[in-house]
Amino acid sequence: MSAILPPTERVWWKEPLDRVELLWIVIALVWCLIMFFMMPYWHVYGQQNLANEAYKTSPEAFAKKADEVIAKYKVREEGPQKIPVVKPPAGSDVYLVARLWSWQPILELEAGKSYRIHLMSMDWLHGFSLQPENINIEVHPGYDHVLTVTPTAPGKFSIICNEYCGINHHTMISPLYVVK
Amino acid sequence: MAVNRNFRTCPTTGLVFHEPAEKLMRWNAVVAVVALLIGGVLAIGVLLTRWQAVHLLQADLFYQFLTAHGLNMLVFWIIFFEMAILYFASSTLLRCRLATPGMAWVGFWLMVVGALLNNYAVLRGDSSVMFTSYAPMGAHPTFYAGLILFAVGALIACFVFFGTLVIAKAERTYHGSVPLVTFGAITAAIIAVFTIATGAIILIPTLLWSLGLIEHIDSLMYRTIWWGFGHSSQQINVAAHVSVWYAGAAVVFGAKPMSEKVSRTAFLLYIFFLQLASAHHLLADPGLTSNWKIFNTSYAMYLAVLASMVHGLTVPGSIEVAQRQKGFNNGLFEWLRKAPWGNAPFVAVFISIVGFGFLGGISGVMMGTEQLNLIIHNTLYVPGHFHATVVIGTTLAFMGLTYFLIPVLFRRKVAFGNMATWQAYIFGISMSGFSVFMMGAGTLGAPRRHWDISFAGNPFGYEFPATAWLMIALMGIFGVGALVGGAMYLAITVYSVFLGEKIQTPDFATVSAKRGMAPAPQPVAVGATGHGAGVGAWGMVAPGTFVLALVFLTSFVLYYFVNWKYLSTVWPLR
Repeated sequence: MSAILPPTERVWWKEPLDRVELLWIVIALVWCLIMFFMMPYWHVYGQQNLANEAYKTSPEAFAKKADEVIAKYKVREEGPQKIPVVKPPAGSDVYLVARLWSWQPILELEAGKSYRIHLMSMDWLHGFSLQPENINIEVHPGYDHVLTVTPTAPGKFSIICNEYCGINHHTMISPLYVVK
Repeated sequence: MAVNRNFRTCPTTGLVFHEPAEKLMRWNAVVAVVALLIGGVLAIGVLLTRWQAVHLLQADLFYQFLTAHGLNMLVFWIIFFEMAILYFASSTLLRCRLATPGMAWVGFWLMVVGALLNNYAVLRGDSSVMFTSYAPMGAHPTFYAGLILFAVGALIACFVFFGTLVIAKAERTYHGSVPLVTFGAITAAIIAVFTIATGAIILIPTLLWSLGLIEHIDSLMYRTIWWGFGHSSQQINVAAHVSVWYAGAAVVFGAKPMSEKVSRTAFLLYIFFLQLASAHHLLADPGLTSNWKIFNTSYAMYLAVLASMVHGLTVPGSIEVAQRQKGFNNGLFEWLRKAPWGNAPFVAVFISIVGFGFLGGISGVMMGTEQLNLIIHNTLYVPGHFHATVVIGTTLAFMGLTYFLIPVLFRRKVAFGNMATWQAYIFGISMSGFSVFMMGAGTLGAPRRHWDISFAGNPFGYEFPATAWLMIALMGIFGVGALVGGAMYLAITVYSVFLGEKIQTPDFATVSAKRGMAPAPQPVAVGATGHGAGVGAWGMVAPGTFVLALVFLTSFVLYYFVNWKYLSTVWPLR
């Protein structure tokens, strides 16, 4: 029962290793290094990375910018709440407001074009979860998080909230359209 | 203060118990099981609501149940049990009197009051903020106050543990170095001190904020510091249950660690690197750089993962060596085929090792990879992962330890014959299925902490793929199996402890800690003392374990790159 007794060899740190342990440590260490370098590698050669672009700002300032974009590029309204749908030009800055319990505005993007999407919450934490792509990003109050995204194929997508935000958390969902 | 030197020697195992320590172990274990019972009852509501075909609870009750389930399981059940393990690994294994039993009781009662206060806050209905209680979503002040009291109590217990180590050293109750299991417990306790300090740094200002004394808590600061507490507390569990694995191998097989040097260095790596892992939760957050994320999320360079991979080899490896020395030396796997598959502690520890490695470990590395986190963050994959680590890894290992401790600590036979073994199989296998299908649903995008993924009645609905619904249903079925397994554990434990057949003990062998130690317990008769000379194959003492480790590595590598492949198909993002 010696894992629960003091080591029998007083100078246990001088006992030689068995081949099985040594070999496994070497293999495991190599694998750990591969996994470590995979992350910087993907930053250079991969397409899916967060750019580290974020700004501290106030809910009022963010909402103002969002309203300006809505005023400029609104194409229609949807749903019983009459949520504006905007179709911004490629390459432009788009502000997506997360609040209890809605996303605003609804975005209509073109496939193959890039957009700078700003994410921020007006109140509590929310989770930006784009389905069925399955891209998931945390949305903070006070931090304007900028993602440059390029939708690949047309279709109807959904943004659901996947950070628990209170009793109506499950109702916080919005469509996102990608057109040709 | 008069020093209490009452010891008794367990007639079956030869373990030496200091009476005050023994009483603390019993009380901590009993309260832990009560927390498990509460958490288990809440799990019924959570499971049967997430299983959309049943959808039992209303939204408010569901979130309330989920909050209390997380706290009772992740915090109260596990940490009370770990306190019992700390006292066992110090006082019992070092045959030493416990330092300041009075302070240990103060710690214990603070933990009890803290746990009650926190449960009261959630029961009020205005504190359904989840285990994570992310500001600026606020809870009732008693929610934070309860956690703080609990943490202070746990901190006191850690220092009683350290004090006992000092006494053991001073009074020379052991020779040479502390046993490996104690070393693992020291690792857990050091991580616990760091964890509790971090918890204080974030929970105290949050308490003041909930009382209106502080204006603002920044959400990113909260998450960054809170996870130094939230994730690190799970690392206490890892260190503790790995110690339990070693203890299980020692108790069931008389196995000797393959190499003290390797196993202890691996524990040391935990102390150095496990703390960095709060970054795992912040990979999809704004305001932190990729350099920070990559360094921290990988525990420097996956050095803590390396440590777990080492333990994953050395525990089964030491069992293989012990078995081969007993004569099960044919072929690669005779040692495993002839293992005691009817022995409850062995079965529990075995499933714990396999489940923690294959399901919990591999999935944890996926989520903790900076870019892969984008396709996993806050989906059901996350609870799938941690039910594999914390439930299969920690809870099941603790269940196995319970079956060993009931006769030793409570002097009662484990009740209901073979049911304990069946319990380990049913709970382990059901929990594995539950975790796998939860991760499957998460891979298809289903969110965690969500009352209704059918979005019924919403003008902007979304329909998850049919496969995701199938996964959820399978998760429900396996979850019911896990509930049955959990209920069996509670039935066996409670019945054995209070009504089980008493084991007749001779009078307490009262000896002075300094002079008259009880005779040293001898290793199980078969000579499991050598380093394994003359057994094994290919110049290895444990070739079978090595093959199993390569199977593990292969699945790890394949699954890792499958996830990168999946990531490469989503929208380009920069």
